[in-house]
Amino acid sequence: MISLVSPIEKPKSIKIERMEGLELIRGTTLVKRGFAHMQKHGVIMDVTNVEQAQIAEEAGAVAVMVLDKLPYDVRKAGGVSRTASLKVIEEVMDHITIPIMAKCRIGHTYEAKVLEEIGVDMIDESEVLTPADEERHIWKWDFTTPFVCGARDLGEALRRIEEGASMIRTKGEPGTGNVAEAVKHIRIVNNEISKLKALYEANDHQELIKEARNLRVSYEIALETAKLGRLPVVNFAAGGIATPADAALMMRLGCDGIFVGSGIFKSEDPLERARAIVLATTFYDEPEIVTEAQKMVDEKKSMLGMDTKNLELRMQERGN
Amino acid sequence: MGFQGNIEEHLLATKLAMRNKGIEGEASIIKRPREVDEIDGLIIPGGESTVMGILGSFNGVLNRIKERAMEGLPIMGTCAGLIMMAKRTYDRVVGETHQPLLGILNVMVERNSFGRQRESFELPLKIPVLGNKDFPGVFIRAPSIKECYEGVEVLCMLREHIVGVKQGKLLGLAFHPELSGDLRLHEYFLDLI
Repeated sequence: MISLVSPIEKPKSIKIERMEGLELIRGTTLVKRGFAHMQKHGVIMDVTNVEQAQIAEEAGAVAVMVLDKLPYDVRKAGGVSRTASLKVIEEVMDHITIPIMAKCRIGHTYEAKVLEEIGVDMIDESEVLTPADEERHIWKWDFTTPFVCGARDLGEALRRIEEGASMIRTKGEPGTGNVAEAVKHIRIVNNEISKLKALYEANDHQELIKEARNLRVSYEIALETAKLGRLPVVNFAAGGIATPADAALMMRLGCDGIFVGSGIFKSEDPLERARAIVLATTFYDEPEIVTEAQKMVDEKKSMLGMDTKNLELRMQERGN
Repeated sequence: MGFQGNIEEHLLATKLAMRNKGIEGEASIIKRPREVDEIDGLIIPGGESTVMGILGSFNGVLNRIKERAMEGLPIMGTCAGLIMMAKRTYDRVVGETHQPLLGILNVMVERNSFGRQRESFELPLKIPVLGNKDFPGVFIRAPSIKECYEGVEVLCMLREHIVGVKQGKLLGLAFHPELSGDLRLHEYFLDLI
């Protein structure tokens, strides 16, 4: 069972309302991590306007992520990339019934505050936008709204959870249409977890402490991860997923669900592709259905994508 | 029903509840129509009802579940599962929604009834059929039941909101017993089978 218990005693995120002698509590770790649990086995799609959000909902997205520009366009445009226009986010909120997420810059507490204020369901502290703080990420325990953060390895993932993230995703390399980096990141996380688990099972706590130091995380969270044999929060794949087979591959590697960024709305067959990726994600363990899903898309219509070796901007290196 | 959502936690809670009650049997995740024929009871988890509706229509599982529900298959739906079971639904902000539903529970459900995620909450609930001890209610972007029609019995209220109902062997809950750490509702459901 995934941990739903907060390591922080009284986070500021908690809001208590007394009602006819009863205590109604918002912003608890259970409710925040629980929200991430409801996304499991689903596909979260990047959108930039209401029309795209409606296509995503119709295709079976479990939530949408509202951005100013898709990661591919962020790469092309250069300059500073910030959170999306609040007006656009509010328009999307008025038109679809599924949860709405939005990105803020790494370390930008006030972009996050503003997103919480207008009522987005989850905030992504994302390397796709230009980082605002080179030293620190947001202290996410102060927020009633849950956060998702990217990670390339176990240390990064656990540090984000220690800061209050309710969900983790691989970083991959956003906007490239190339799944290779996401595969690399989930493999690293899985291998590091296996190592911790083996140490726990061998009852070697001295080595476990050493490992925690290597990972630059507390012993407590390393121990919890070792006991669970998985991340203590829901873990999605993100960064470069462009086809149904990509999604099925990431599910097969043990991810709890999928984020698709540029892959859908930078293709020439967004609705069909979105539907196909949803199918492949749910039925990843049934190759016939993944094949059927893959037939729904035309490779000539996939986003062209790019090799991740020679990129000028490696977004995954932002934040650590 | 294993398309999307909080599937693993329900599976675990069901296994623990079966062990507590000394029931022998198997709890498993189902996605295919033929698997529907092999079960004695079904849990539809929380998640997104629109997604479950789309996936369930794709491979015909929804129709098969509906047929078996008519023959008396016990079903428990939590949060999105309740929405899936409802006769009619609408969204608090967006209004009337046209999504595939089972339509087996005689209620009208309002989606996102308590607001967005920021407004999600925990609250102790009084559920008389479970006895005097409060049940830990976990509400995540929860729906509520606005109208009950024929044959529906109210199990649990939260102020003016109906959050738990029973109709024969069908159980509809607006909250998440699988996240609460309390197995009494899973045990109650097992008693219906």
